Amino acid sequence: MSAKNRTFLNKLMKNKIILIALFVLFWIAVYFNLDTAAKYFVFELLGMEQNSRLTDSVRFFFYEAPKVILLLIIVVFAVGIIRSFFSPEKTRKILGGKSLFAGNILASLLGIVTPFCSCSAIPLFLGFVETGIPLGVTFSFLIAAPMINEIAVVLLFGLFGWKTALIYVATGLTIAILSGYVIGRLKLEKYVENWVFQVKANKHVNSDYRLELADRIDAGINAVKEIVSKVWLYIIIGIAVGAGIHGYVPENFMVSLMGKSAWWSVPVSVLIGVPMYSNAAGIIPVVQALLEKGASLGTVLAFMMSVIGLSLPEIIILKKVLKIQLILAFIGVVSVGIIIVGYIFNVIY
Amino acid sequence: MNIKVYGSGCPTCKKLEAMCYEVLQENNINGTVEKVTDIQEIMKTGILSTPGLEINGKMVLNGKLPTKETLAHWIKDNIN
Repeated sequence: MSAKNRTFLNKLMKNKIILIALFVLFWIAVYFNLDTAAKYFVFELLGMEQNSRLTDSVRFFFYEAPKVILLLIIVVFAVGIIRSFFSPEKTRKILGGKSLFAGNILASLLGIVTPFCSCSAIPLFLGFVETGIPLGVTFSFLIAAPMINEIAVVLLFGLFGWKTALIYVATGLTIAILSGYVIGRLKLEKYVENWVFQVKANKHVNSDYRLELADRIDAGINAVKEIVSKVWLYIIIGIAVGAGIHGYVPENFMVSLMGKSAWWSVPVSVLIGVPMYSNAAGIIPVVQALLEKGASLGTVLAFMMSVIGLSLPEIIILKKVLKIQLILAFIGVVSVGIIIVGYIFNVIY
Repeated sequence: MNIKVYGSGCPTCKKLEAMCYEVLQENNINGTVEKVTDIQEIMKTGILSTPGLEINGKMVLNGKLPTKETLAHWIKDNIN
């Protein structure tokens, strides 16, 4: 690289950092004044009266929707940068030759940070199996990757607070580790489609270019563009429904349905949640409103995990490589894990 | 110029394929774009995430969508 070229790149980099710093300042200014701004907007600009149900709903919406979107931008940006350090190919290298339990823990953790899209589930599954990574370890990865995603964590943090977000991540990890371990111990290899074990890769490529800091910042910005443009509408709709519930559904309405005393509520929530395919962006705001109306945390957590973690499209994709017995075992083991977590939280809280 | 896009039909793969055609056309480059959807063929390349982009037999990128500028840059670099 010529000296001239390098100074040009350095200048570009400086501009980028200045822009990002300006955005962060703007972000802080808006984020910490949202409550005032929402109040001003609803009471002064819209001239709505205090203490009406409609006002409650509208104010809830104009406070929560911008807050969640702002959080989403900053977290997705950070996660985009972190993920630029990882790739499925690297993850496979790390997981190769690990023993069962340690492998499950590592696979679940890597499931959080490895960039993964469910449309790549098949090549990933085949590639893991082909290098001899145990089935149980592969499943730990496949459970953690969709269950613990940045969108779910942002929404939980924004709408429920950091404690719930942390609980969600910790229990999600536990379920991924233990479910993968159980699947590994059940010795279900015979229920993988036969052709899977015949797949042989000619070579193991690593197409990763050496990324400069500027590339990683771009990766963060691209992640924001891609994810925010994909989910903002779901978030708006979800929060609008949540706002409606917030203002109009009576307090304690959910106690009998999703409260602690209803012992059957946890398994029923999971039964409803598993076939439901909604992204975290749409479901979490609704669930938050339900929690406010008397649903219990364990039941709500179980419902969310079954909706987000066990997604139908991924199961359909995996059907190409797994026989039905293994698919059912996978759904069964994870569901039981989620139900246990639900009960534990209903007892603790 | 021979470009191969590996992917079993996810939206990103289709987008990448379309982008390759666009770049070739806009720059008047002679070349073929081949879409490889067979999973066994995809696995043989060793990639674990799709789409995979191969230019003249060399895997340049996989698992994400490049910007159009980057893609054009790679294609121009590999004109034989």
